[in-house]
Amino acid sequence: MAQILSLSEAIQRFVHDGETVALEGFTHLIPTAAAHELIRQNRRDLTLVRMTPDLVYDLLIGAGCAKRLIFSWGGNPGVGSLHRLRDAVEKGWPHKLDISEHSHAALANAYVAGASNLPFAVLRGYQGSDLAKVNPDIKTIECPFTGEKLAAVPSVRPDVTVIHAQKADRQGNVLIQGILGVQKEAALAAQRCIVTVEEIVDDLQAPMNACVLPTWALSAVCVVPGGAHPSYAHGYYERDNRFYQAWDPIARDRDTFTQWIDTYIRGTADFAAFQAKLAAEA
Amino acid sequence: MSDFTTNEMMTVAAARRLGNGSVCFVGIGLPSTAANLARLTHAPDVVLIYESGPIGAKPSVLPLSIGDGELAETADTVVPTGEIFRYWLQGGRIDVGFLGAAQVDRFGNINTTVIGDYHQPKVRLPGAGGAPEIAGSAKEVLIILKQSHRSFVDKLAFITSVGYGEGGDHRQQLGLPGKGPTAIITDLCIMEPEAGTNEFVVTALHPGVTREQVVAATGWAIRFADQVATTAAPTATELDALRDLQARTAAAHGGQKGGEE
Repeated sequence: MAQILSLSEAIQRFVHDGETVALEGFTHLIPTAAAHELIRQNRRDLTLVRMTPDLVYDLLIGAGCAKRLIFSWGGNPGVGSLHRLRDAVEKGWPHKLDISEHSHAALANAYVAGASNLPFAVLRGYQGSDLAKVNPDIKTIECPFTGEKLAAVPSVRPDVTVIHAQKADRQGNVLIQGILGVQKEAALAAQRCIVTVEEIVDDLQAPMNACVLPTWALSAVCVVPGGAHPSYAHGYYERDNRFYQAWDPIARDRDTFTQWIDTYIRGTADFAAFQAKLAAEA
Repeated sequence: MSDFTTNEMMTVAAARRLGNGSVCFVGIGLPSTAANLARLTHAPDVVLIYESGPIGAKPSVLPLSIGDGELAETADTVVPTGEIFRYWLQGGRIDVGFLGAAQVDRFGNINTTVIGDYHQPKVRLPGAGGAPEIAGSAKEVLIILKQSHRSFVDKLAFITSVGYGEGGDHRQQLGLPGKGPTAIITDLCIMEPEAGTNEFVVTALHPGVTREQVVAATGWAIRFADQVATTAAPTATELDALRDLQARTAAAHGGQKGGEE
């Protein structure tokens, strides 16, 4: 059964230094509040998994929380580069970052395999791509029935996955609507799963076949309204495109970045305080 | 005929390649602009699939991200990202993969990963995204990007997504299901693979563009087909639809045009 906890307590109890952590959400429902809390609690040596690192991993990488990154597209969508990711890969700042780089198809399959409790995923992919030459986690196997050569990649099985969703009920059952990305697979592939939600309701009123994660498959549910900002929560708020643009100059420079996280993340008690500080200065 | 920009010509020329009713896997940026222009003009029944999960998306403005909410709201159905790649792309249901690129070479191979050495990168680019398997499994691929010496290179530092590999029948030897890129559409011209070698050669110049301009903007010794056509200038209908789309997008996204990043 998921426990209804504060985000601070959930991160304290369920995420530890050195673990493999997946914060998922494909453009939609990106768990930003959880990334902030990992920085506040100064988690170190994390292996971070995410198809699109986005601003959340730019933050964690720049804050020195990550030792390894498993990913498949590392840009600032609609804007350009993730400067903290680039600085870590190009210049080793704030320290060296190991990368394991995939395609979306492979990483999505790797989550499916993880949720299926399989050791690896198989797909028709990577033929002719140099990615297989630079990533030792991309192998070729032969179909035992037809002899066809196929790509194999290790499944993703995080110690802990964090996702954001629209709502949970009082038992901790979670409803996700809209673009689902690989949230369900990431949740079920992990040993532990924390879900931040916009609100807790008496009745989810989930339509048949809706994406519902049952409480007994989760570790903790935390109410964090706005917790996916600057991404969006369908039905609650829209993507803050201006914040994605504003992030570019903040993240471009090491000092500006560090000052920003010192002020807005390390200098605030929780995500609500962060939001209040941001709003006060807007 | 009203005036048009080279970027508008590129987008219009790319949009024309999409047949009505075809099923198109759309990359963000220029491909998304062209695919939506096709849907708003000659191809109302084109099916647009975005890797975030929407199938049959009909956005009124161009998405800034590959998972904008309007894609989901206007789609026939929204499926998990894993399903997009497993059932719909690998399953063989995509007619056209529409890709952008940072760099291409003469065989339509694409680099979106790195400039310089992979392990000591000069410039680290965003990476693969969905492109390697779109390039492999879509029945055909269209590539759209602005032409310059820096983007049309003799030798790619990194092949992220394969076109015809080393040319000739290399692609068949690799065992890729799709037939590969059938056109590269730029702001200057259209290139298509030459029969046999599968090297991209210029088959059409956009109005007013000279061969010298194309040569100067290509990093390899670009060749021209025996018959080089002139691309038909954008019609008033095409231009109006494109400009309206971009104006709506700018208004919705606070100045960002979507598809021009």
